Amino acid sequence: MPKSHLLRECIMAFIVGGLICVLGQAVSELGKSWFSLDKEGASAFTAIVMIFLGAFFTGLGIYDVLGRFAGAGSIVPITGFANSIVAPALEFKREGFILGVGAKLFTIAGPVLVYGISSAIIIGIIYYIFGGR
Amino acid sequence: MNKRLGERTLKFETMPYIIGYAGVAGKSEKEGPLGDYFDLTFDDDLWEEKTWELTERKMFLNAVKIASARANLNISDINFLFGGDLLNQIITAGFAARELSVPFIGLYGACSTMAESILAGSVFIEAGFADHVACATASHMATAERQYRYPLELGTPKTPTSQTTVTGAGAVVLAGTGSAGMPRITHATAGRVIDMGITDANDMGSAMVPAAMETILTHLQDTGRQPEYYDVIVTGDLGIFGSETLVRMTREQGVDLGEKHVDCGVEIFKGKKNIYSGGSGCGCGGSVLTAYYLKKMHDSRLKKVLFVATGALLSPTSTLQGETIPSIAHAVSIETEV
Amino acid sequence: MDYLKAFAVGGVICLIGQILLSKTKMTPARILVLFVTAGVVLTAIGLYEPVVEFGGAGATVPLTGFGYSLAKGTFKAIGENGFLGVFTGGVTATAAGIAAAVLFGYLIALIFNPKTKK
Repeated sequence: MPKSHLLRECIMAFIVGGLICVLGQAVSELGKSWFSLDKEGASAFTAIVMIFLGAFFTGLGIYDVLGRFAGAGSIVPITGFANSIVAPALEFKREGFILGVGAKLFTIAGPVLVYGISSAIIIGIIYYIFGGR
Repeated sequence: MNKRLGERTLKFETMPYIIGYAGVAGKSEKEGPLGDYFDLTFDDDLWEEKTWELTERKMFLNAVKIASARANLNISDINFLFGGDLLNQIITAGFAARELSVPFIGLYGACSTMAESILAGSVFIEAGFADHVACATASHMATAERQYRYPLELGTPKTPTSQTTVTGAGAVVLAGTGSAGMPRITHATAGRVIDMGITDANDMGSAMVPAAMETILTHLQDTGRQPEYYDVIVTGDLGIFGSETLVRMTREQGVDLGEKHVDCGVEIFKGKKNIYSGGSGCGCGGSVLTAYYLKKMHDSRLKKVLFVATGALLSPTSTLQGETIPSIAHAVSIETEV
Repeated sequence: MDYLKAFAVGGVICLIGQILLSKTKMTPARILVLFVTAGVVLTAIGLYEPVVEFGGAGATVPLTGFGYSLAKGTFKAIGENGFLGVFTGGVTATAAGIAAAVLFGYLIALIFNPKTKK
């Protein structure tokens, strides 16, 4: 049976994941200094830029190469979320732009939004009931 | 009247001749060690078609056409086409049959289709219903990935046991008459669906080994032969790890396949980087059998070949529903001296 | 120094993801769902805010950060709009990300073509 490469996989995930976050930090700092964004604005700006980068590199066909050796290091950051949106959309282009690209954008990212938004709402209900204002 | 040998082996008295054969493959396969053997190859994943599904169909069509030409036949001389592929509703074979306009018997055996189609085609020849039949199959890396697994550009790592679907097609033309020295189908052993509880769709090799072993052992028992009878025992796509497991498991059952066993999935990508456990797909066994092993039989370098193609009978839905992976293996015995 | 902290925190979160990927049968999609939900829950019980304070982008760039934004936005909207905020807060806070994902996702898919693996 194949050998386990757990240690190498963990190290790669750590390094690549860490570096993508460093990039995110840089983008955030850029937003604050160049565009005088406040904390929330910088956060939104970073999200937009990182998603763009993830989408762009997926389009170039590079992100899957990264994923092959970085594992979770490329899946967990928000760039991985963008990759999971663009990859199926690209793939199903040939099935048309409405039911192909349009519908497939969220085959993998959809569950993230469903569970993320739903859990936030449920938490919100609990927070509200227990007097959070 | 019982022409069945043992439990489930068909012994063919007419011993259909393989009068034509062809193997078509894509870029990655061309770059592998068997690259020069393929009758036709192409350089990218689309082969000037708009979709990968059309490319797969083009390979299937070309394989059938080249095999027929090799047999000195027109397509209209083919009485029946036995074919299948990995795609939903076997659209590759079905749409190709539309173009070829040949009576079509569609089959689904997943990656065991090449052996299954030869088994079924041989029966038509044996029973005298056809003068010529064509048996073909095809697979494409992109069409298989998008149907069974993930979009190609998704950044997820592949596990070491996973295999790469071969972009390739294979076709043979069988006839009741032929010339001396041509490979002939002497026996075929139908498979039984075996399920050992494997759920990992990224480890097809493990799922298919029990089926391969069961069919090989049954074939040997039904025919009374030993592994040494054959020059090679060729499996379709057990892959590197699956092959190791097969040899080990059969040894535990008291049968030593030893040096006789080879696997198309291992051979087609041998020496290439990032191949994980090797090639898979119905086009793997299909193209390697036709382009490589049958060519060797034609040149008299091999005289007795047992071709055992294995298929994993899962669907994307069954895995999501938590089902295990059932598999099947069909075997055909091909000999030049009978 | 901030960069080092971002690297470390981000790296650790991805490391946890890698262990799950390698050692369990969890698929990438399930891991993403787990992380975003964990981000929501950890923020709600107050455990994630300190991680964000310390790690900056190291905590907000991983998908747990998306959960963090969802939760924080929800609480903020409840404070401002009462019960309605339960529903409006999360999506409003992550609107930039969702909108960017939809638009860029579509545009890139429009412009580029998928390639088979080597």
